[in-house]
Amino acid sequence: MPIHDQGYRRYAGERMTRHRRWLVIARAGIVQRLRERRFLALMLMAWLLFLVRAVQVYFGTTFARASFFAPSDETFHSFLNQQRLFVFFITIYAGAGLIASDRQANALQLYLSKPITRHDYIAGKLATLATFLIAVTWVPAMTLLALQVLFSGSLDFVSSHPRLVPAITMTSLLQVALASMTMLALSSLSRSRRFAAMLYAVVAIFAGAVERVLQTATGAAGWVLLSPQNTLVVVTDALFGIESDTEIPVVVALIAVIALLAICVGILERRVRAVDVVA
Amino acid sequence: MNSPVVLEHVTVNYGAHQALRDVSVAFPEGAVGLLGPNGAGKSTLIKALLGLLRPASGAMHILGHDVSEAPLAIRARVGYMPENDAHIPGMNAVSFVAYCGELCGLPQADAMQRAHEVLFYVGLGEARYRNVETYSTGMKQRIKLAQALVHDPDLLLLDEPTNGMDPKGRDEMLALIRDIAGPISVILSSHVLPDVEFACDHVVVLHKGVVATQGPIAALKGDSARVFELRIKGDETRFVEALREVGIESHGEADEMMRVFVPADRPARLLFEVAARQGVQVRHFRASVPSLEDVFARALGD
Repeated sequence: MPIHDQGYRRYAGERMTRHRRWLVIARAGIVQRLRERRFLALMLMAWLLFLVRAVQVYFGTTFARASFFAPSDETFHSFLNQQRLFVFFITIYAGAGLIASDRQANALQLYLSKPITRHDYIAGKLATLATFLIAVTWVPAMTLLALQVLFSGSLDFVSSHPRLVPAITMTSLLQVALASMTMLALSSLSRSRRFAAMLYAVVAIFAGAVERVLQTATGAAGWVLLSPQNTLVVVTDALFGIESDTEIPVVVALIAVIALLAICVGILERRVRAVDVVA
Repeated sequence: MNSPVVLEHVTVNYGAHQALRDVSVAFPEGAVGLLGPNGAGKSTLIKALLGLLRPASGAMHILGHDVSEAPLAIRARVGYMPENDAHIPGMNAVSFVAYCGELCGLPQADAMQRAHEVLFYVGLGEARYRNVETYSTGMKQRIKLAQALVHDPDLLLLDEPTNGMDPKGRDEMLALIRDIAGPISVILSSHVLPDVEFACDHVVVLHKGVVATQGPIAALKGDSARVFELRIKGDETRFVEALREVGIESHGEADEMMRVFVPADRPARLLFEVAARQGVQVRHFRASVPSLEDVFARALGD
């Protein structure tokens, strides 16, 4: 007679309902990434600029002689523009392998054999990357604004700049959405995270360089639409009420951004499948 | 008898190619072997059952749910072990299995506890903190079984679970499947006949996308035919053709040996009469025991 039953034992605990299972994917992705020291270092570096700006806000609001440091719409606009560099690196680091590595390890069929949908899967992966990107765009920008309120001791600045909070929020969301969706779509096209990273670099850097060359050579402003990043700048300039360098109408730039997001959704819809059917 | 899995006139197409053609079959409870040569449609059938492939026509019911209407409810109660290597990259075994449990709805703490339990059960207790990418082929098969079991499914779909395993590992895996098949219904897809014969009570044989035969293994093996091993000298093709004309099936084996199936209502000496008529010499004749291989060969018509 066995002392301990080593046979199969059934589970008698509770089971959660289906909704929000994408959170499980997002949480696992975030925790996995935060275990990497190099990634933590990158995230900390992304906050260095915030420290510089925080000092600027402190002097600008505390000392009358340093009033030229006082924050304005432009302060937050340029801060978010400068953060684009870190958005680029974090997108590549944390996003390139999100789907590509799963495809390489045949993990998609495991995910999709569980009670989750393709949309849950994509939402989980998107949330993983978006969390890190929000942490280096919206969070520091809003913290800067909070510091301004703290140092000045009043809400006068916020009330005199009513478009600032929506502009920061919309700019951050557009930056995050564009970077996350583009990276996820490119990641789904390959089984190699390096190749996906290269593709993203081509889209983000090479397209911008080509756009500059063509714009200089022909003088036509329309070439800006070649570069998703520069097209987004046209929209974010308008959100902050800052005159843009390019002559492209904001509506056209916004349509281009939305079209790119739609293309990314289309790619993900086609590529995220448990079974690749080659007819 | 209850049927956890029922297919009614299911057809699955890959473009112009029909992978499953008008398949109607009811899988009984317990362990059922899904047999067939490569390309027979076994994996396609499993993927269609999980709702990963949409049939062109027909209906499928699993544990009382219609696959087309409630695929998520079905997947919550089904465990799937895929044929090829599959894991979540960058995780150790216990994190991977617990993660799969959470994806199936287990609370985080329960999923972790259950992951440890299941990993010990499949024999990976000592290696549970190792990264899955460092596992050997046999260990990868075990971890795939663990992730399929972690949420305690009511039906387990195993696609070639012993692929790439050494003999000892294979025996252990089959013993696990036999043990699981008590409380859980199991569909074991394989082309390794001894594996199916060891682990299963019933069998469904697929061939070219259709069900060639199905039923309890014992009944199929002993269904009104005696089996003989035969070696002849002479025109084998003509002899086989002549046997077929008198209702005796046969299929070739190694060393020019053939296995012939004599129906219960026919005398064995009929073999010698046919041989004499065809002018061939019978060099070897021995009664044999019906095996699953015979069932398989007859179903496929080889």
